[in-house]
Amino acid sequence: MTVRYRKERLDRGIKARCEDMFALSSYREMLYLLLPRVLPVVALLTFPLLKGVVGLYWEKVLVITCAIGLLALSWDLMASVGLVSLGQALFFGAGAYLTGFLNNSLGWPCFLTIPCGTVGGALFCTFLLLPVLRLRGVYFAIVTLTLPLLLTRFIEASKILGGNQGLSALSPLPNIWFEIYVPVLAVLVCLFGFRRLINEDYGLVLQGIRDNDLAVMSGAINIYKFKAQAVFIGGVAGAFAGAFMTHYYQFVGMPAFALDYSILPLTCAVLGGVGAFAGPTLGAFILVPLSEALRAFGTLRVVFYSAILIICIVGLPEGIFHYIQRKYHQFERMVEVG
Amino acid sequence: MISSILVYGLVNSVILALIAIGFSLTFGISGVANFAYGALYLLSGYLTWMLLKYAGLPLALAVPTTIAIVGLLGFLIYWIILLRVRGIVLSEVIATFALGVGMLEFFRWKGFVTYEFTLPYFKKGMMLIAGVPVDYQRLFIIGIGLALVLFLYFFTHHTRIGWSFRGIAQNERTAISLGIESDWTAALSLAFGSAMAAVAAISILPLGIISINMGYDVLLIAVAVGIVGGLESVPGILVASLILGYAQIITSMYLSAEWMMVVYLAAIVLVLAIKPSGLFGKFKELEERV
Repeated sequence: MTVRYRKERLDRGIKARCEDMFALSSYREMLYLLLPRVLPVVALLTFPLLKGVVGLYWEKVLVITCAIGLLALSWDLMASVGLVSLGQALFFGAGAYLTGFLNNSLGWPCFLTIPCGTVGGALFCTFLLLPVLRLRGVYFAIVTLTLPLLLTRFIEASKILGGNQGLSALSPLPNIWFEIYVPVLAVLVCLFGFRRLINEDYGLVLQGIRDNDLAVMSGAINIYKFKAQAVFIGGVAGAFAGAFMTHYYQFVGMPAFALDYSILPLTCAVLGGVGAFAGPTLGAFILVPLSEALRAFGTLRVVFYSAILIICIVGLPEGIFHYIQRKYHQFERMVEVG
Repeated sequence: MISSILVYGLVNSVILALIAIGFSLTFGISGVANFAYGALYLLSGYLTWMLLKYAGLPLALAVPTTIAIVGLLGFLIYWIILLRVRGIVLSEVIATFALGVGMLEFFRWKGFVTYEFTLPYFKKGMMLIAGVPVDYQRLFIIGIGLALVLFLYFFTHHTRIGWSFRGIAQNERTAISLGIESDWTAALSLAFGSAMAAVAAISILPLGIISINMGYDVLLIAVAVGIVGGLESVPGILVASLILGYAQIITSMYLSAEWMMVVYLAAIVLVLAIKPSGLFGKFKELEERV
């Protein structure tokens, strides 16, 4: 007769003391709560200062990481209302093209074009998605997959906004500190803002819509209003990434709607862990530098994202962030099964 | 002008129907939206090409081999990947989407993009129909399309596997209680869908060069026709391919060929926004789509 064991998970004592009693009695407990929140913020804010040490190349990678991180955050916000998107490139492209247009045709400076591009792009996407907000699951995914392609083909066929060539020679960003700190701050604001938002009453309604929309409807709540608002809030984050990167590259064109901007945020979110906003950000900070390191492999990188996506979906559905969080809060031991 | 619109519109419609039918079959039975469909389509093209070129098989042998291999691959996709995430729609979509994109970009990386990648015609030559020259390959496509629809009808109405397909599609729990294995049937449905992608690829690809972007286009076509017609009805697919096929040919005649893809995409968005169940889809409307 073999002895069989099962794994048991228990909360650490410090977690119970810190989170349930609200009376912190030692530096250790304060650090337990603060470190996971403060450490990434400090690291993110000091990284640009190390420009001389790490080199300009990795500062550029940081900017791209932040842009993808913003898209992943907006994906996660939409997913927390139950709207699964396969086309975050829609938001990116809308913000990018609007900003490019304002700068190229009207000659507005980037202090005006970026805010206008962000809000305008998010509004445009919200209105575009408004008729399909009542769709669920696969059907919403299909629409979001097709919309960026539709817009690409439309621009290609009608030759507006520069057609195939895109708009180039846009005005550059004022200085390097602006270039690096704005996206970093945007990621931090979105990350902590979204986390706060989803824990408010407002966020509870959003999560309720994801879990059981009929129940929320029967509570006399207009779910389409909430879905539209969530798309707008997520859209602001995504369109900002597009608007900023337009001035960063001083160019906007077809690649703004490319598949990369859809599949990379999705991979980040799934790798990092869906649902807690820290997950997609973590995913972006793992995946984007890794993919920059693999730049030599060309399109093989997309194959590599796909492999990560499949492995994570099948093998690690909770994501890295939730895994780490569990290890931080709980310990495991083997218990004999009697 | 009118006669060429009629003839080429018909050919185009049959092409659309051929492409869409496999995707729709899989979705109708198992509820899995196989986003790797376009990649499987292209894979069949490359596989046939390699069998012809490297293994030196005759076309009559390469075609069934390709269909069998791609069908088996569809079965394995279900058995290895999808079985583990069954029922979680988000995971199913992401897994198949990632698989499709991964395969297509792998082909791109391997350099399958040059002009040498073409499949041979079944029979060279052309004939005049109502004053319009049509080559034999396009006639073959029409024949194969009709044969496939008839085959599907008889298969689903007169064989045991076909009955179990319809059983699972109509009511999964009742079907299970009558001893139909749900997973086995779903895996078979994926295998059938993939094999149909192979049939479509082998008959359609000789018309042009095999290019990677076609993989994405094929997926869009399959989705567009399926959505417009209603994803689970065969008559819906036929009607939708006729509508889209003619709409496309007319668009390319009067505007330009670049607008052809816009037709599909606009059709998807419009139909989903106005009548999400499609023209012919009846059931599953309430609980799944809206």
